[in-house]
Amino acid sequence: LAPWIPVVGLEIHAQISSNSKLFSGSQVQFAAPPNSLVSFFDASLPGTLPVLNRRCVEAAVMTGLALNCSINKKSLFDRKHYFYADLPAGYQITQQRVPIAVNGRLSYGLCTGNKMSQMVTKTVRIKQIQLEQDSGKSLHDDTRSQTLVDLNRAGVGLMEVVMEPDMCCGEEAAAAVRELQLILQTLGSSQAVMAEGQLRVDANVSVHHPGEPYGVRTEVKNINSIRFLAKAVDYEIQRQIEELENGGTILNETRAFDSKLGCTVPMRDKEGKQDYRFMPEPNLPPLILYDAKSLPANTNHQQVINIDWIHERLPDLPSVKREKLVEQYGILPEHSFTLLNEDGLAEFFESVVKQTQMKPKKVIGWILNDLLSYLKQHSLAVKESPVSSSLLADLLNLLEKKEISSTAAKRVLAELWKGEGKTPLEIVKEQKLELLQDQKELEQICQAVIDGQENEVIMMVLG
Amino acid sequence: QKVSVEVLDQLEHLALVDFRDSEGVERLQKAIQFADQLQEVNTDGVEPMDSVLEDRWCLYLREDDVTEGNCTKELLDNAREKVEEYFVAPPGNIPLPTLEERETFLQGS
Repeated sequence: LAPWIPVVGLEIHAQISSNSKLFSGSQVQFAAPPNSLVSFFDASLPGTLPVLNRRCVEAAVMTGLALNCSINKKSLFDRKHYFYADLPAGYQITQQRVPIAVNGRLSYGLCTGNKMSQMVTKTVRIKQIQLEQDSGKSLHDDTRSQTLVDLNRAGVGLMEVVMEPDMCCGEEAAAAVRELQLILQTLGSSQAVMAEGQLRVDANVSVHHPGEPYGVRTEVKNINSIRFLAKAVDYEIQRQIEELENGGTILNETRAFDSKLGCTVPMRDKEGKQDYRFMPEPNLPPLILYDAKSLPANTNHQQVINIDWIHERLPDLPSVKREKLVEQYGILPEHSFTLLNEDGLAEFFESVVKQTQMKPKKVIGWILNDLLSYLKQHSLAVKESPVSSSLLADLLNLLEKKEISSTAAKRVLAELWKGEGKTPLEIVKEQKLELLQDQKELEQICQAVIDGQENEVIMMVLG
Repeated sequence: QKVSVEVLDQLEHLALVDFRDSEGVERLQKAIQFADQLQEVNTDGVEPMDSVLEDRWCLYLREDDVTEGNCTKELLDNAREKVEEYFVAPPGNIPLPTLEERETFLQGS
């Protein structure tokens, strides 16, 4: 049987972290009384006009720069038309002709090897980033055969990040999205929490034989976590392969991921083929961005966005932070990935290193093996750890000064975990875990053991 | 070239317009003909114009402050049906009936 090459692309919508919406002054907030965060514009009442939020543009520029994109100094807004109850205007304002950023790339790490301990770096091309409006929320009430509409989310700013089909499986898709999530959170342009709908991912999946053109692709929606993203993509790849190997065909359709059943199902589509009838948004002129060279003299700073100014103020991206950790502390690249993958873990590690004489290369083992596994077992975040960085540092100092053995240290840690407020030294004294340093005392103990086991000793000496 | 019945049917679905009679369809034909005149101009190498104001049409950037919202009652007063501060809509888009089922001029075509 000829091998199959799966091809995976992603369309990611990240909610912009801002106080107010993309084109209006109503508040952006997750949980609020229905329809309380809605302006007349959001409700599409006649006579209202869109007014672009500066912060949303800055967020998109930051994200574009972080993803190595070319920022379009002139980008345009368009209307995308379709009817749905949570889209009051009957169209979404988006950037279809000329988006704000294009042609970038995202590097991400994959764990490979037998023990998942080797890191491989992969890259996915970013086709574009565009600014667009979010829609409201529909709550389906099947019992009363109606839909309840809450427009609080209508008009919130989104950055749509389009990733080219450079990925080949669920693991790669998940790793790419995880890295994007970390970047967005580092930039602050989006909090990117999938559970709160701040990061939504749709996957485009197809399969083909080597040397042949790409196969028909399906779009998979309703993916609610990074774990489910990997499952959904892998399921869809398998489904398509099985379908084709059984002589079937793949329909260019939209499918929904059912997390309970772990499969994708066709989404009911009574509308037939959609035609969005794109047209330029007549109420918004082109968005012009400047850099240090093109900045016009005597301008109102509030009305001008300088790409270079934003570039200079970008924080260290995760990849840079990882390199610095590896260089500064001599830890392995895969360690740096784990440190950054858990919120607050890198800071915890650095805090312990500061407070202990133990070498970072040894400290990292205690952080990743002991601390992290405790946290995971009890589903705790780093900031909820009953063992603070100072307590752990104190313990590691005792070990480093050879006042206790490493087995004893693990017992002390288990005790510290109970969070009863005892210090490592107190626990060591309580449980008499001190290492004996006195030569004479050690000799006495050994002699006593030998004396007590005369027969065994004779057997050993004889052979 | 006349616009086909399939396209007219699709337009009725997409835009919810109603080509009620032959006059409506004829008006559409004439509008298309009128717009097609644009094709006679050679625009090779010419950037599309966004506005006659050209670069004097500046996009105003608003500060990221919360200045609106909190008018639930006023908004819901406009709604024909509401449930506990939610707007009420049908369970999904009600599909336009098929050509055969609609009272449209196109039926006879």
